[in-house]
This record gives sequence, structure tokens and C-alpha cells, in this order.
Amino acid sequence: MTAAVATSNAVLDELRQKIASLEGGSLRQRSVLPFGVSEIDSQLARGGLAYGALHEVAGGGNGAIDGAAAALFIGGIAARTTGKVVWCLTRFDLFFPALAQVGLHPDRVIFVECDKEDTVLASFEEALRYGGLGAVVAELVRLPMTASRRLQLAAEKSGTLGLVIRRWRRQTEASDFGMPTAAATRWRISVLPSEPLPVPGVGRPRWLAELMRVRAGEGGEFIIGACDGQGRICLSSDTADRQDKTSRSFALS
Amino acid sequence: MIDADPGADLATLERLTLWALSRYSPVVAMDPPDGIVMDTEGADHLQGGEELMLSGLINRFHGRGLAAHAAIADTWGAAHALARTISRETVIVGRGETDKAVNRLPLSSLRLPAETVASLRTLGFATVGDLAATPRAPLTLRFGPEVGRRLDQMYGRVAEPIDPIRPADLVEVNKSFAEPIGAPETIDKYVSRLVRQLCLELEKRGLGTDLIVHRVDNTIQSLRAGTAKPVRDIAWLTKLFRDRIERIEPGFGIEKLSLAATLAEPLIETQSASLLIEEQVTDVTPLIDVLGNRGGQRIFRVAPVASDVPERSVQRIAPTADEDGATRPLNWPRPPRLLERPEPIEVIALLPDHPPVSFTWRGKRRRVKRADGPERIFGEWWKRSSEWVAVRDYFVVEDDTGERFWIFRSGDGVDAETGSHKWFMHGIFA
Repeated sequence: MTAAVATSNAVLDELRQKIASLEGGSLRQRSVLPFGVSEIDSQLARGGLAYGALHEVAGGGNGAIDGAAAALFIGGIAARTTGKVVWCLTRFDLFFPALAQVGLHPDRVIFVECDKEDTVLASFEEALRYGGLGAVVAELVRLPMTASRRLQLAAEKSGTLGLVIRRWRRQTEASDFGMPTAAATRWRISVLPSEPLPVPGVGRPRWLAELMRVRAGEGGEFIIGACDGQGRICLSSDTADRQDKTSRSFALS
Repeated sequence: MIDADPGADLATLERLTLWALSRYSPVVAMDPPDGIVMDTEGADHLQGGEELMLSGLINRFHGRGLAAHAAIADTWGAAHALARTISRETVIVGRGETDKAVNRLPLSSLRLPAETVASLRTLGFATVGDLAATPRAPLTLRFGPEVGRRLDQMYGRVAEPIDPIRPADLVEVNKSFAEPIGAPETIDKYVSRLVRQLCLELEKRGLGTDLIVHRVDNTIQSLRAGTAKPVRDIAWLTKLFRDRIERIEPGFGIEKLSLAATLAEPLIETQSASLLIEEQVTDVTPLIDVLGNRGGQRIFRVAPVASDVPERSVQRIAPTADEDGATRPLNWPRPPRLLERPEPIEVIALLPDHPPVSFTWRGKRRRVKRADGPERIFGEWWKRSSEWVAVRDYFVVEDDTGERFWIFRSGDGVDAETGSHKWFMHGIFA
């Protein structure tokens, strides 16, 4: 079984190189932003979140409505990039000190508060096309296939990291997250009980990060410790207990 | 007592008009002896809409010790009359509502010679509406065409273009067309040519440009594009206008385009940092301009404020404000989402300083598994005297599903004077 996997990997690598040479110019400047956690990075194509691509993140449970964990997860990713960050949204309920605590400096973030969802899409696309930004973030309810493909192309052209926070008004609407989009990866971040402390209190928050869909890679589930002061996540020490789950992989959708 | 000095009045009015030109709209003219008229179509969004523009305008006049009345209406005549007759400081008449608004105005607001108004009064006419309802022919026979013309101008039946004032140092480029143009591609082409011309003229100045469109039917439209910093970049300026060309209604065709820099500032050239020394951070001002000129969105950065009260600890600042690198180090956890206003929750808790055992928020009861706190935040008595003794005790609580919340009790749990001892939900942790 392992031998078969190894040979198929060699064949796959060769194919990937061929495809890469076919895709040409846009790929040369494209690189990735690794999480610095080998278990997660190995599940992603080329070992990290690809620049010049769209990544979707939603919260699980109530997080689908408040988008708190998703915002902090994305804040941590944006903090590890360099350059300005443009954050487009319709409802400004972010509390910036929390983002500053994951290492995102307020000087770096330009907020675009839009009246309508359509304006968010337009501003998001404009910012993605601009190039030279560290990351562009949008908080969206709906992300239709056509719109996501447009955004993906815009991101590919400029090599900018596009991050989408999906958040809905009601829990029932969150089933929309199953619909296909052109995003390169799709994550669901749910809150878990915090790390136990020897004394009473709330320890480092933990999240269940489900990599639901990833282009050219396998998905997975990880129990992670929330972003630290530099926006880095870590694999929670508790993971060993749930080994059976973390090693489970998904059929690609 | 000061003698009237019409000459000086006129000179001051001209100064005010030039100021309004640089600030509000590209089409501004004097309306002597005591008024300024501007065409704000396509320019009001830069001031935050018509209402904000008017109130801001009045406030600026107040700041200089001048009393002013302002009105926005479909026609020059109507706006002129309303501004001079209505007792309120600002009036906005919506599109197509001119008839209703002007019918009850007195005849003196019609911009007619005083003797004509007096004789009309003798004939029993009191309001504009009376006059408009009268057959036109006898009026014209007796008073000449002027009465009919003024009425038509007020109701918008006859176009009354504003001949805009132009300061001596205004940089303006024009393009007249032998044949009226209308296709967006053609407009686009000529706009980019005009931008190139203007940039050549400007050489070392530039901030804020207007595109004025003269249509064949004697109406003028204007587009305004503002930039956050002085620019002389042809591509950038062209893009700002190109985004908005679709808003031009060519009607029967455009016979003239003119582009003017109404506000120019010295451009400071800076040498770009060498790539060898540091990582180059891309300048995002062009992007801010493109997004900012669209309307329907607000662009800002946030900056920390030295306040412990969560609602006051963040302020919005302009996206191009100086980056001072300031942060407020916070040792206490803060939630990424803050509710717009704290929501009351029902709580079972021990006083004075124990975290709740359980609480009910939005109809769902949650049992508290872990908690941190209290973090006591005192009222800021220098802001409001009612906060003199006010206290909030914040707790971080985690329920048994792992959801974390930021809740507070108003008051210190002992002294009823410090707060109502009611509990509130204020934020959602990740």
C-alpha cells in the first residue's frame, strides 16, 4: 500500500511539474504562506496557503453567525503577511484590540465599510486586482460560483492573498457553505473548550479547524491552539487523544 | 451704522464663490447681490450626501460669523427663491417636487424687477402659484416676456445653465467636438486625452479635478474626483474618471468636455527607498482614491485611544492619516466581536465578585464551565459626571460547549451607587 502511494506520488509530482510549466508566468511569482505546523502544511498543496488564491473560512455552530473565531483565524494569517491589509465588510462589529493581540497592527489595516453586499464584492475585487497588498479580507454572506471565480482570477493575476469570512444571519442559512466555489481552500473553525489550566480560569482557546476542501491536496481536521501574539497557531497537545480523527481524510468535493 | 458698500460686498462675494468652487463643486457662480449658486450634481457624495453637505456649509459660515441660508432644488430659480424665503437654514427639495415647494412662495422671490412685482401685487397676485395658474398671454402683453421666462426657469421648463466662475490661476483644458459625441468609448478616449493634457499643464501641481460635460441641449453635468494626496499620475487620474464615465448621460450628444483642477497643491517628490535596504511597502493611496470616489462605502483605519471603556478604546481615522505605529499594549483578553450595545442577560451569580454559574442570553441558557475575572473598569468622570462612581466588572466565561463570551456586571456588587448590578453580554470571544 505504502509503495503504491510512493510511486503514485512520483507520477503525480511529474504531472504537477508539467502542469506548472503549462500554467506559465503567473505561477512563478506565486508562493505560499505556511502555517508553520507541519501536519497542516502537509495537507496543503506546496506546503501552505497559496498567495494569489482565494481562501474561505466560516465559523462552526454559532460561529457561523458571529464569525468571531473565523475573524481571529484570518487576522492571524493576515498578521503573518507583509504589506497593507484591506478588510471589506458591511457591518463593522470587529473589536480591533483583539486583532492587535494576534499581531495585526492597526496601521496596516484599511477598512472598507460598504452599504451593500454587492459593494463588498466590488471593493474586494478592486483591492485584489490592485496588487502589492499583504492580504485582502472580505466578510460575505453569499459567495456565488461566478463571483468567486472572478475573485479567484483577480487574486491569481496580482498574486494577492484573498481571504473570505463567510458569516450568515441565521443558522439555517449556513448550509450555503456546502455549495461549490472557486476558492482554493475552505476552512471551518469551531470553538472548543480551552486548554485546561492547573488553576481555575480560561486557558489558551482551542479551535477545531476543519480543512473541508483544498485544491490539489487532502482535507483534514485539526485541533489547534488559537493564534498567539504573532498570529501563529499551534497543534494542540490534546491532538494525540483524537489521533483517529486527525488522520481521517475526506473525499474531495 | 456703516454705509452700504456694494463694491466691497461684491468683492467679498467673489472670494466666497471662489472658496466654494475649490471646496464643493466645479460649477459655481455668483448670484449677486447676496447669493452663490452651485450645481452640486455628482459632487455631493464627496461631502457625505446633500444633507451633510448643506449642514457642513452652514456650519462653516457660522464659524466665520456669517449667517447663511441654503437650499437645494431642481432649478436655480427654485433654489434661489427657497433660500431667501424659508425661515429654516437648510432646505432640500427632492427631485420633481419643485411645483409643490414653490407654489406658496411670495412674488418677490421670482427675481423680477421691483416695479413689476409691485404692479403684479396691485393686480391681486400674492404667490408664485397664483401667477403660474394665470393665462400667460395677458401677462406677457402687459409686463413683457420676463415674467414668463422667470416662471419657466423656476419650474424647470427652460434650462438655465450656470456660467461657472473661474479663478485666474485655474488649470483647465477643453475639448470641443465638431460633432456631438455620445458613446462611452469615445468619452473614455477623450477623457484620457484631457487628463494627459491637464497633467502636462499642471507639471508640479494637482489635487482634485473636475470633469465638466457640456451637452448639446445646453445642460452641464460635472463629475468630481478627489484624491487623497496630490497626484500627477496620468493613469491613476484617468482611472478615477473612467470608473464614473457610466454616470454621464450623453442625451443628444456632448459638444464639449472640459477638465479643470479646482484645487492644486504642490507635489512633493520623494525618492523611493532602495530595495536593498528594506522591504518596499506598496503605496495604497491610489486604491483608496478608487474606492473612495465610488460612494456607498466608508474607508477608514482604526487607532487605539487611551481609554479602558471598550466602546471608547477605538476610533476611526482617515485611511491616509499618519502612521505613528502606536499600539496600546493590552494584557487582558479582548473579544474579536463586540456587540453594538451590551445586551441584558439573566444570570445566577454570587455577589460580590464571583463569576456567574449560569446565564441566559438570547433565550438560551448556558452553564459556565470556566471563567476569568473580574476585570474592573471605572467610569470616566472627566467625560460625563454621571460616570463619577460607575464601575463595570468584566468576566470571560466559557460554557460547556467551549463558547467563550465577555460579560459584565454594572456595578461593583456591593455599592448600589456604582451601578444597577444588572448583567450584560458585551462581546464574543473566539
